[in-house]
Formats: sequence, C-alpha cells, structure tokens
Amino acid sequence: MRSLLYIVSALAVMGLAYWAYSENYKTQASLDRSQALQSEIGRMQEELAVLRAEWAYLNRPDRLRDLARMNYGKLELNVLEPGQFGRVDQVAYAEDEIPEVTGAIDVIGEIGQ
Amino acid sequence: MTRVPLRPLARILEAREKGENPDAIERENLRHRHDQIRDQSRLRSEGRLLVLAGFFLCAFVTVGARMATLSASEAQEPRAQASGASIATARADILDRQGRILATNLVTHALYAQPHQMVDPERAADELVRIFPDLKRERLIKDFTGTRKFLWIKKKISPEQKQAVFDIGEPGLLFGPREMRLYPNGKLAAHVLGGASFGREGVSAAEVIGVAGVEKQFDDFLRDPANGGAPLQLSLDLTIQDAIERVLYGGMKMMNAKGAAAILMDVHTGEVISVASLPDFDPNNRPRPLTVADKGKDQSDSPLFNRAVQGVYELGSTFKIFTAIQAMDLGLVNPNTVIDTGKPMKISGFRIGEFRNKNYGKISVSDIIVKSSNRGTGRMALQIGAERQQEFLKGLGLLDRTPFEIVEATGSTPLVPQKWGKLSSVTISYGHGISNSPMHLAAAYAAIANGGYAVTPTVLKRQHVERGPRVMSAASAAAARDMLRKVVTEGTASFGEVEGYLVGGKTGTADKPKPRGGYYDDKVINTFASMFPTDNPKYVLIVTLDEPVETSGTKPRRTAGWTAVPVAATIIERVAPLLGMKPRETRVEPLSTTGVTLTSN
Repeated sequence: MRSLLYIVSALAVMGLAYWAYSENYKTQASLDRSQALQSEIGRMQEELAVLRAEWAYLNRPDRLRDLARMNYGKLELNVLEPGQFGRVDQVAYAEDEIPEVTGAIDVIGEIGQ
Repeated sequence: MTRVPLRPLARILEAREKGENPDAIERENLRHRHDQIRDQSRLRSEGRLLVLAGFFLCAFVTVGARMATLSASEAQEPRAQASGASIATARADILDRQGRILATNLVTHALYAQPHQMVDPERAADELVRIFPDLKRERLIKDFTGTRKFLWIKKKISPEQKQAVFDIGEPGLLFGPREMRLYPNGKLAAHVLGGASFGREGVSAAEVIGVAGVEKQFDDFLRDPANGGAPLQLSLDLTIQDAIERVLYGGMKMMNAKGAAAILMDVHTGEVISVASLPDFDPNNRPRPLTVADKGKDQSDSPLFNRAVQGVYELGSTFKIFTAIQAMDLGLVNPNTVIDTGKPMKISGFRIGEFRNKNYGKISVSDIIVKSSNRGTGRMALQIGAERQQEFLKGLGLLDRTPFEIVEATGSTPLVPQKWGKLSSVTISYGHGISNSPMHLAAAYAAIANGGYAVTPTVLKRQHVERGPRVMSAASAAAARDMLRKVVTEGTASFGEVEGYLVGGKTGTADKPKPRGGYYDDKVINTFASMFPTDNPKYVLIVTLDEPVETSGTKPRRTAGWTAVPVAATIIERVAPLLGMKPRETRVEPLSTTGVTLTSN
C-alpha cells in the first residue's frame, strides 16, 4: 500500500514538473510575441504619424487653393459667399413617380394563427 | 531531568545527629536547583538569538545581493507588463478646433562625423559639399583632418539626403535619429504656434523644445509623457485663419501698410477663432530675432513681432465707446442726452480739439460716438472722474497684460500714464495716452457684445466657460451696440456694411509716436473694432493696419474709415459664411396676395 502511494506521488511530481516546464516555455513565447507586437505597434504608430503629417501637408490651404485654381475649368470652385445660403423650401422635391420595378422576387408565405 | 529532593531524608538525619541545622541543606539544594534553571534558560535564549540573527543575516544578504545584481546588470524594460500605449515619448501634436493638425512630429536623421574613423576625409568633404551646397569644403577638411573626434554636420536631413550620404561609403559619417517638429501648414498661424528647436542633443536622441508661442507656453504639457500623447487643441480654426490671413494680406498690400493684425473672437467664451499678424514667418524655419547688428531696425519690424499681442499702441477713438458706456452706467447721460461739443476745451493748458478742427456743435451722446467727437467724450470723462474711469478700464482688462496663453503676451503690458490726472482722463476717454494691444481691445469689445460680462481671451478650445463678472449693465451694453451699429450705417465706418450681417463697430485712427517723443504727421495706426451681427453678436473682429495710406483719391487718405474698415468688411463677408452664419433677410418680401380672407360674423 505504501509503495503504491510512493509511486503515485512520484508520478504526480514528475507530471507537475513537466507542466511547470511547459508553462514556462509558453510564458516566454507569449512574452516574446507581446514584445514583437509592441514594437510593431510602435512602428505602426510612427507610420501613422508620418501619414497624418503627410495628410495635413497635402491638405494645407495653400495647396488646396492652387488645386482649386488649376481645376477651375472642371470644378468651378469659388470661395463661400453669403448668397449661397438657401432655405429648405428652395430645395426641390424628388419626382413623385413610382420607381421602376427591377429584379422582383416572388415571396410566398403563410400567416400563422 | 531528575529532580533532586530539597530535603533528602538521609542527609537530614545525618545532620540532626551532628546537631547541624537541616535548613542549610534545603537552602543549598534550592540554590543548586536555581542555578540549573538559570543555565537552561540562558541556553534557550542564546539559541533564540542565534536563530534571529540567522534570519536577519539571510534578509540582509538577500537585499544586498538584489542590490548588487541590480547595479551590476544592464537595465531592462519590464517585459510582462509593458504598457506601451499609455506612455508616449514624442512631443504631443497641436490641433485646431476641428482636430486638424497644426504641428506634429516627423522622424528624420542628424548627420555627424567621427573624423578618426575616416578613410578618405578629402573625398568625404567633396561628396558632402556636392550633397549639401551650403557647406564649406575648406572648413570640412579642416575639421576632418584636425584633432576633433566628433562633430555635427547637419541637424536635420531628408531620407534622400541620408541615402546620398550613405552612398559615399565613408565609415566616419554616421546618422542619429531625430524627432523633428513639422508645421504642415507653413506660415499659417505662425505667431501663435511659435516654433521649436533642439535642446540637449545626444547621438541617439535630442530634446525638442518650444521657443515661442504656444509651443513654449505649453512646453511642459506637450513634453509630459504621462499625457499619453494627448494633443493640445487650440481654439483656432484653420480654414478661417487662412481666409483671414489672405484677406488681411491683400488689404495690407492694397492700403500700402507695413503691417497688419486681425483678431476674431467668440464673444461668449473668449475663444480666439483666428489671430493673424503680418508680416509673418515660417515656423519650420524660424528667422533669428533682430540683434544689435541690425542697426536702425526696430523689433516691431521683425516678422517675429506679433502685432496682435505685442503691438501695444494707442488705439484712438475705439476707446470712446467705453467712456460712453460708463457715463450711461453711472446714470450721467443716456443715448439722447445732448452735450455741447462746440465750446472750446482747455485742460491744464492743453487744447482738446476735434479731428481736422471740426466743430460738431450740440449733439447727443449717440452722435458723439457716430461722429467721433473728442470733446464730447472728454466732457463725459470729466464728469466720470479719473478714479472711476481707471476702475472701469481695469474691469475690462485694459490695464493689465492680456491673459492670452502665448509667451509673447508678457510683452503686452499696457502703457498707462504714471499720473492719471484730469488731462490723462480726458485724453484716455478718446484713446490717447493709453496704449493697448488689439487683443485687449477684442476682449473689451467682447464684453460689450455679450451683454456686459468680462471676457478672458484664450487660445485653447473650451467646452464650458464660466461667465466672467459683470462689468457694465445690460442696458448700457445694448445701447452701445446700437451706437456702434449707427457708426456703420451713418458714421465714420460706412464702408463696413456687409449686407445681411448687421456689422457694428468703431473706427480708431492714432498717430504713431516717434521713438524720441512727439508724434509723426504721416504715420498712423488704424483700427476698426467691430462685432456682428449687432442685434445678437456672436463674434468680435479687430483689424489693425500699421502705417496704411489709401491712394485712390487725389489726396492720400489715412483715416481708419478708408483703410481698416473696408478690409474688415471684406473679412466679415468672407468669414461669416465659413462660421455658418446665414445672412439676415434685410429686404422685406411682400406678402403673397392669396391667403387673406375677410370674414364677418
């Protein structure tokens, strides 16, 4: 009886040791992964900052004004003027026609009690 | 332990036989026993002390060993609880009120050299000069072949330049990473942003420090890693700032002025939506301040000079409205009270005259403002008295430096007379003898516009603003707004009318003081302080032109009505729609003829 107890406890110790060993490796692996992710986040934040700076630079008022002037023939963009405000009743309603039925599907069903 | 009896019978009997005292035996045995007990307890406590000492030794050895490893080993980031997102090492961005970027960072490289590692210094110098034409070849060769072990060559280089330097293949040329401050909008809002430069520099990093404007004022906030990169949001609006700067620049050129400033302020919160000062500069490449070497030039000629905040000038007739308001507040007059401005006025030997020696005769307070009569406001000031006048102006913030949060605001301390006597009181009533910055004027006019509450100008976007203390009664403020509206509709600022926006304002023309005392005849500062719409003002606009002259007529015109007012009107016309303000219907449209039914029952 006692020897059985010894054998069982020895096996338990070996099992636990193996578990602790593998947990340790898993922890190390996750730490490495999290570190890699952190550095990737850092890099991406840096990239994001560059992209934001570039966005701001490309949208600077000087450039937009030049672009508006260059494309005046196509877009006719002018500065906003007080006369451009309108009232709601100046907005035309959409036409009152029933839109054409396209791609109709048959639906057959039963209404329950 | 064997217990020895205290009175062993054998010895007692023996002692009795010998006629000795048997108590002596008892005492002796008792002594023996006590000795034994004492020895035992000493042994036990010595053991305890030993164990305790052992514990202490272990503890100290542990602490000591930990300290030793900590001091001997390389520092390491804690890996398990890295909280990278909440700590940002980069300087925080600066945004406008809509969240658009005004200042951000960019990673670049600095170029440095270690001459003792160089293979071919002459070739390196040749190639460097080819890449950077501003470098001097002789200087580089001298540095590279001398005794120096380290020198900076360029503080900021672009990626292309870095590649070109890399292609030289010289091992003695090295790069260090640098965070660079970038202002993507160039000159826009340059005076507010200020600029940044490098503080302490190392090979692997360099401090970025603000040198002026909000960059310096909020340097600690922008650099604090604990903010987690939270940006600094300003009250400025990029679109409006750009529009105002452009219109102002056009106006400045058209009016042949050498400088100009404009401030647009929200009258309820004190938020400055736009503040422009011309000439301006590019904060990416901040010019150096003027030094002794620039002879004959005043600091105010430098593009770094912020006219809106540092430009402390006599603002002229724009001050008249304050006198009128105070007189109404004190119940001395009402808008219709008639004051005789025709009588000559002499205070302490100085004659108080009108513009071009006009004579307006007997006119109402309202007309005094509309016609801008010096004698009229002077008479009101005499009734008010110097002390009360000072108190009132102090309440409006006109006697202290402006609380606007940029470093340059320290240079905005108003110039007030040392002795505020009767004469000062009269001249100050029409804006002479006291010098203020346009920012002061904007805050004071905002108080009139919002119904009489003091306003603190701010450059930060605010969610909630506490209402300032009341500085004038609502009735006086309303009456003042009516007068200001009249100045535009029938007075000196007739060019200020913008259809649908009910502009009201007051012009001010002040002669520029000479540096050695006295005033120039042909150099003026023109100011137009306005608000719109006057029936429920939302914004105050101050436009100041430095030495303008309007030359379309036969004679050059230098009054504000001809110079600053048209510029301000153009600004309002351009900016009001951008602020989302719909013009009022000024024409009354006729009712449709249908729909009116007469009924009788």
